[in-house]
Amino acid sequence: MNSRIPPTPLPSLSIQSTQCLRARIRRRHVAERRFRFYGFSAMVLTLAVLVLVFSFILSKSYTAFQENVLSLRIAIDSAMIDSKGNPLTADYRELIQKAVAGLFPAVTDRHDRHLLFSLISEGAPYALRALVTRQRQQAKRDGNIIVDVLLSDEADQFLKGHITAHVSEKERKIKDLQVTWLKELQARGLIHSRFNITLFTAGDSREPELAGILGAVTGSFYLVIVTLGLSFPVGVASAVYLEEFAPRNRLTDMIEVNINNLAAVPSVVFGLLGLAVFLNGLSFPRSAPLVGGFVLSLLILPTIILAARAALKAVPLSIREAALGIGASKMQSILHHVLPLAMPGIMTGTILGLAHALGESAPLLMIGMVAFVVDTPVTLLDPATVLPVQIYLWADSPERAFLEKTAAAIVVLLGFLIAMNTIAIMVRIKFERRW
Amino acid sequence: MSLSSKKDAQRVSLGDSLLVETACAKLAARNVNVFYGEKHAIKDVTLDINCNEVTALIGPSGCGKSTFLRCLNRMNDTIDTCRVTGTITLDGENIYASKVDSVYLRTRVGMVFQKPNPFPKSIFENVAYGPRIHGLTSSRSELESVVLTSLERAGLLEEVRDRLHASGISLSGGQQQRLCIARAIAVSPEVILMDEPCSALDPIATAKIEELIDELQHNFTIVIVTHSMQQAARVSQRTAFFHLGELVECGGTEQIFTNPVNRLTQGYITGRFG
Ligand SMILES: Nc1ncnc2c1ncn2[C@@H]1O[C@H](COP(=O)(O)OP(=O)(O)OP(=O)(O)O)[C@@H](O)[C@H]1O
Ligand SMILES: [Mg+2]
Repeated sequence: MNSRIPPTPLPSLSIQSTQCLRARIRRRHVAERRFRFYGFSAMVLTLAVLVLVFSFILSKSYTAFQENVLSLRIAIDSAMIDSKGNPLTADYRELIQKAVAGLFPAVTDRHDRHLLFSLISEGAPYALRALVTRQRQQAKRDGNIIVDVLLSDEADQFLKGHITAHVSEKERKIKDLQVTWLKELQARGLIHSRFNITLFTAGDSREPELAGILGAVTGSFYLVIVTLGLSFPVGVASAVYLEEFAPRNRLTDMIEVNINNLAAVPSVVFGLLGLAVFLNGLSFPRSAPLVGGFVLSLLILPTIILAARAALKAVPLSIREAALGIGASKMQSILHHVLPLAMPGIMTGTILGLAHALGESAPLLMIGMVAFVVDTPVTLLDPATVLPVQIYLWADSPERAFLEKTAAAIVVLLGFLIAMNTIAIMVRIKFERRW
Repeated sequence: MSLSSKKDAQRVSLGDSLLVETACAKLAARNVNVFYGEKHAIKDVTLDINCNEVTALIGPSGCGKSTFLRCLNRMNDTIDTCRVTGTITLDGENIYASKVDSVYLRTRVGMVFQKPNPFPKSIFENVAYGPRIHGLTSSRSELESVVLTSLERAGLLEEVRDRLHASGISLSGGQQQRLCIARAIAVSPEVILMDEPCSALDPIATAKIEELIDELQHNFTIVIVTHSMQQAARVSQRTAFFHLGELVECGGTEQIFTNPVNRLTQGYITGRFG
């Protein structure tokens, strides 16, 4: 035990082995460079794909952020506004048509007039009525009013260059006559394009030019709120229990395995579960954000539990012991020290989970959120749709104009996702480990 | 050999405890056994720790010093696999009795760990945390005075007076350890357990802490685990030598260092094994 072993002298290197060594070092350097190159090319590839996706979507979508309107001067007669200045129910459609016909007095044929009127959006009468309601005093004084009415989706697409006049007339939606009218209107300076307000202020519509994402964004917002409100407390509480209190035995091992399994379950299955339990079992209304939130909570609960457990596990034992050592109870040590230190990790996991939920569509189709909903939801029980489902619906529509709307909705959704991921990263940087 | 050493250990500690029982045994361990699952880490240890004295626990690495120390404030409760038998009394009351609240026990028996472990909060908050959770102070000014006194007694006040609200982690290792001591004494425990408090410190910081231990000894009962014979000799009045989970010998520090009864003890303190 006490005997000292004399140190053996290191073998001296012969010339040959030095050369061997040099070659080995060289090979190692080459291998290292190669290794770095692989990593670098992988990263470049990823970035290239990302840039490709983004530029593709942006190139498809940017025209959707503009809309073309026609300025019409409408004569206001006393029939439209009563003595108190309230707009009456007049035939606004006829007013519009009269004004349009007035622009082309030469068009008298019934069929041609129909073609001419179809250049204007179906929504024009409503826009006119809204404007008259808003500016009735002025309108009454002036005796006429200038209204910007949306063009129909086909006219709009033509002006944006998505429909070309090169194919034969039969094969395109916009006819030669209409093309000449549009050109003339443009020449007269009556058509101008503006930022697409409709896209952000309207709900869904059968008419592409009248369709917007407000309803879907509101639905998504409600859904995320419900999901957050449910899954965050439940997820954190279960993670704390599992990590800090649960005894280590068969049962908790099994629970752990099953939470991991849950994280791997295809999301449609959660939708079916929601359909069976919430709609059929508990008779919740279909298409409601509340039910969607329940389903998505189930979906991201495992993610949050796993993230929270990892974050709790990363808090060093010494901090817990420090707290216990001065007589803090277990609850105090968790609430005052462990949880605050784990919070950045938990928050990052939660935000990423929510981003996942925000982009989810399959389970929501199962609980009826795929319905065509025009109104913006007001309560959590109103029928609603969400952005990804809206994208799905629009992508499925035959009208050419919905194509760019689809791309625009994707851009908005991606914007939200990027914002959330950025917040997650910022949280992580801001609260970098502090022990 | 192991049999005889066991007998030795028992005789020495028993004889000793008979002597001091009449004096003032703050903590008394009787036939304490500790198991980590199957592993028998502490074997039948009987030891008294006297009031207002410094007791040093020495012994080779892995012999169970930390384990024994952690029994004294039931810190071992936090380890799932750990099981303790026998009795340990604090002022005559068995701390392993079921009616004893381990949280309350730890306010009476404080602990300073091997690695400085301040909370990632301000210096002030570190020290104020204990008094705050135990409701020891009724006003902000009272709390402030407790914090300042504790820092003062831990010999840290001069260095941090102008940055009480800086993070506890921004301090040097030695300062952090003194902060941990200040944190421990802020709740006015009766006993302070220290597990190798100087193992991460340089000689100057170590000297400061040793001075501090000398200071604190008048008001607290201190148990310190150390790997440094010199330190044990300098700061303690009594020394207990552990080997492979057994208490081999326990007695006055001077006697242990000048005239050890057991061959193992002699071997260890003269540095022939360990
Ligand atoms: N949590 C644990 N689980 C299982 N075995 C443990 C655990 N902690 C300690 N042990 C074992 O108990 C024995 C005593 O460990 P302990 O930490 O008390 O030694 P020590 O005397 O403090 O050593 P050192 O001087 O190196 O700190 C060791 O053999 C160790 O392997
Ligand atoms: Mg130890």
